Amino acid sequence: MENLQIAANNVRKNIVRMIHESKSGHPGGSLSAAEILTYLYFKEMNVDPADAKNPNRDRFVLSKGHAAPVLYAALAERGFISEDILPTLRKIGSPLQGHPDSKKVEGVDVSTGSLGQGVSNAVGLALGSKLDGSTSRVYTLLGDGEMQEGLVWEALMSAAHYKLDNLVVFIDNNGLQIDGKNEDVMDLGDIEAKLNAFGFNTHSIDGHSYEAIEASLNNARETKGKPTAVLCKTIKGRGVSFMENSPAWHGTAPSADDLAKAIEELSQEVTA
Amino acid sequence: MGLATREAYGKALVELGAQNKNVVVLDADLSKSTKTADFAKEFSDRFINVGIAEQNLMGISAGLANYGKIPFASTFAVFATGRAFEVIRNSICYPKLNVKVAATHSGITVGEDGGSHQSVEDIALMNSLPNMSVFVPADARETEQVIKYAAEHVGPCYIRLGRLNAEDIFDESYEYQFGKGVQITEGSDATIIATGLMTAMARTAANQLREEGINVRVIHMPTIKPIDRTIIEKAARETKFILTCEEHSIIGGLGSIVASVTSETYPTKVVKLGMNDVFGESGTPADLLEKFGLTPANIVKMVKEQL
Repeated sequence: MENLQIAANNVRKNIVRMIHESKSGHPGGSLSAAEILTYLYFKEMNVDPADAKNPNRDRFVLSKGHAAPVLYAALAERGFISEDILPTLRKIGSPLQGHPDSKKVEGVDVSTGSLGQGVSNAVGLALGSKLDGSTSRVYTLLGDGEMQEGLVWEALMSAAHYKLDNLVVFIDNNGLQIDGKNEDVMDLGDIEAKLNAFGFNTHSIDGHSYEAIEASLNNARETKGKPTAVLCKTIKGRGVSFMENSPAWHGTAPSADDLAKAIEELSQEVTA
Repeated sequence: MGLATREAYGKALVELGAQNKNVVVLDADLSKSTKTADFAKEFSDRFINVGIAEQNLMGISAGLANYGKIPFASTFAVFATGRAFEVIRNSICYPKLNVKVAATHSGITVGEDGGSHQSVEDIALMNSLPNMSVFVPADARETEQVIKYAAEHVGPCYIRLGRLNAEDIFDESYEYQFGKGVQITEGSDATIIATGLMTAMARTAANQLREEGINVRVIHMPTIKPIDRTIIEKAARETKFILTCEEHSIIGGLGSIVASVTSETYPTKVVKLGMNDVFGESGTPADLLEKFGLTPANIVKMVKEQL
């Protein structure tokens, strides 16, 4: 797990660096998902940068597409894309679009950004895998605010109906969205109870704990006949003290000073 | 009368299903109406009913296409292109995925269900999307060919189909060609460019006009996007004016598209017959076509007014 910590720390540093460079982007919801993506790309998923289009690979769908920086940073860390292109995020001519574009970036399986659509695409991928009798599994990450989209529930209903036990839905439950707290903007209620009612095998975990992520994924593999949902309690902006739990850092780029402070904090974290 | 284009679609899907195991069919609880039930009966393992959830219909289709399948997604045109527009845009067209949206019950000939269910804007919506190809076949034979073509075409397709029995236009020798208009009758006095069920009416109108000594060229447009610019420019140059006929709004439909081509190639008068910025309503298809002027008699009248 120590290597995962180092990888996630690099991912976090690259998130703040690239958003600083592009002067726009979403740091808060990218930082909150660093452990989830790092675990998926380094421990869980059957993916190989040298054979990126292998039809039997596992797929990852970043349904909360605005967290593109965490995906790009994870893909760079895992060797799908060069770290050198990260500073081109959101700039003219860059493959690193503001929201992930599958046509432009090796390793991005699905173009996302319009909330609610990624999870629906993930259901289609999981159905395709089932139709082919393939072993490939599908992982998707939703934002909690994203669950306010009606399409999410259409997709979840169909995942349970078609018994997609090859699908794992992560929810980055950092409790915040652009306009404030989820509960103030549009209360999501008891998300785990809703997921249970929709027919999912559910886990409620600390989304920054590799042990908890691992346990939920091991259970997902053993669970037959129903999809798994992992409700991850996370801290928006995790790892950078002044970004933590602040809706203001949902979609704000750090200044040069902010960046220096953030990198200093993150550097201490990994040596600590 | 021949088969409805939706009936031909159902039959074509069954043939495709036997030929290509990658063809999968999705519906949103309207499979008996859209005729995808024919496929479901033969290939139940490759038929996916998503329930009454058109956005998810398109999202799942995108995922299946991404996996390497050739999904045909069906529901009524108003829900496919309206309700799910932004899913078609962002999940299918933006990543250029190989999804075939085959929507039935287009236009006012839905009939008794009324204006809420009659799509008069779907061509405009689908034509506006990058990477999308748009097809409006006129009869059963052409529909069968368009569906087979769409299955081989790599990229998003929108195929507009109808509820009503369609008059047969084409015989066994007909071969659909992507992006090509089809000249049905010769003539140099005027040109009628029509699509879908209006092509048969245009042909009837042209036959009547010929008896009165007026020679009208009738062009059928089975492919709306990419549009056949050559055949339109030729008609603009060689005939006095163009009348477009469509079971769709004149805003953003075939009429607008033809006028946009002539304005760039050979400006000429383009008169548009279609839904004149109005919604439909309940009634029998025949009564509705009469009420909104989508008849051979009205086509004859409009041609004469321009001469």
